[in-house]
Amino acid sequence: MSPVSRGFRRKREAAPADRVPPGQYVTRDFPVLSAGPTPHTALSKWTFSIDGGREPKSWTWEEFRALPTETLTTDIHCVTRWSKLDTHWEGVSLDVLLGAVEYDAGYVLAFSDGGYTTNVPVADLLGGKAWVAFNYEGAPLGAEHGGPARLLVPHLYFWKSAKWVRRLQLRDTDVPGFWENYGYHIYGDPWREQRYAGD
Amino acid sequence: MDDLTLDGNAIGGMMMELFGTEMTTAVVTCDNCGAVSQVAELAVYRPDLGTVVRCRSCDSVLMVFATVRGVTCVDLMGVASMT
Amino acid sequence: MAGTAVRGRLSWQTATVGPVADETPKVRTLRLDVPDWPGHRAGQHVDIRLTSDDGYQAERAYSIASAPGEPLAITVERLDDGEVSPYLTEEARPGDMLEVRGPIGGYFVWEPGSGGPLLLAAGGSGVVPLRAILRERSRTGSSVPARLLYSSRSWEDVIYSSELDVPPEGVSVIHTLTRSQPPSWKGYARRVDAQMLAEVAWPTADRPLAYVCGPTNFVESVAAGLVGLGYPAGRVKTERFGATGQ
Repeated sequence: MSPVSRGFRRKREAAPADRVPPGQYVTRDFPVLSAGPTPHTALSKWTFSIDGGREPKSWTWEEFRALPTETLTTDIHCVTRWSKLDTHWEGVSLDVLLGAVEYDAGYVLAFSDGGYTTNVPVADLLGGKAWVAFNYEGAPLGAEHGGPARLLVPHLYFWKSAKWVRRLQLRDTDVPGFWENYGYHIYGDPWREQRYAGD
Repeated sequence: MDDLTLDGNAIGGMMMELFGTEMTTAVVTCDNCGAVSQVAELAVYRPDLGTVVRCRSCDSVLMVFATVRGVTCVDLMGVASMT
Repeated sequence: MAGTAVRGRLSWQTATVGPVADETPKVRTLRLDVPDWPGHRAGQHVDIRLTSDDGYQAERAYSIASAPGEPLAITVERLDDGEVSPYLTEEARPGDMLEVRGPIGGYFVWEPGSGGPLLLAAGGSGVVPLRAILRERSRTGSSVPARLLYSSRSWEDVIYSSELDVPPEGVSVIHTLTRSQPPSWKGYARRVDAQMLAEVAWPTADRPLAYVCGPTNFVESVAAGLVGLGYPAGRVKTERFGATGQ
């Protein structure tokens, strides 16, 4: 049993139970937490692609930015217990992107520059629940936060919102991505506190 | 290199506890590019979900540490050898 | 393989905070009392773990400020948005308890047998393990020539200033103040660059040994600069503290 360090408190404040999922604390920071160096892909070379459907589909940056966009305000929840409220994003809905592909797969494995992967069921990307986001707080998404574009799936723990996303692979079976392989929950619903496999 | 990148000195305590001995001077060979470094010189990223150790020459992942429910998983997938 | 490293206990030990002393408005040195402390080497660090009364724990690494044989002490800089450093620099008082793991490190260490001449390059609180190295040099009566190049924001931010103002024989301390300087300042007044290193660093013909410690950007820049002057990479030891919000 560790001794208590008198007077030591965690930095972040708790929040009303209905506003943040269980076990979360509210922060005003936006911590930069990465598993590797920040990639710097030139927009002239950037593409976003979806494969595993009937035909692969790919967009250049210009083609991607010509797609209809949405703005949204949402809370984000990190498995390491910080939540950030009322964040503002602009992005292309996955309804639009997946709508351009014929497929019958149930799962997606997302790939990012730098090698990061994460898995999400297709159903969790549709119905206005997910975006490929390129603006944060009204300005182009900074590289350290996943720019030029990141996956944004705010109803799941934020490790699923893969920074520097470049490709979605449609699959018939769910496979664990990078952190899921090491024991983080395969689905990751913050409201059911699904932090680790078996939760 | 990013501002926040640490080096293997920062995980010396964790590795000492996991491996039972001082590890910052352990010599690691990268499985991807063959670069040889001491652990202290490797690039370390700590995104709170876990610790990712990368080769400074080619950026490939050498080691991942993730602690789930008090048990730390150690994956040395990118290490060709560590002595 | 690891030489004659002193092997501390492998895991957490309870420590009691001893006397504390403010070095600067943001920096404090804390003596830590660890029963059966096995001793440490100059340049090593410890991991510190704090536990709150609701069970929340936070861990950080801090360099040991004292030389081997001296009581264990760490020097901590308060980071404005920190969680542990504000506690250690403002709240913790003698008698409080925390946990220590260590001593840690066999790479960023020096003892007289390591040789020199020594080039010690410190960015901000990176001076802490280098000060331990200088104290060990004095404690052992080593005559290895040493130069400390120490980068700080202003004179008020210089840690251990009175100690460094009277360096022992064979040690010279070169300050650079990057943000503001006292009115009569005649020293360097900019970030460490290739020109400054060329003026301060030992010539490579002397087979110098360099230790570079501080924020990541500082360490990367200085280490690259020394290699650019011809220092073999194996003779430039580095310890990065991450970004400090400077």
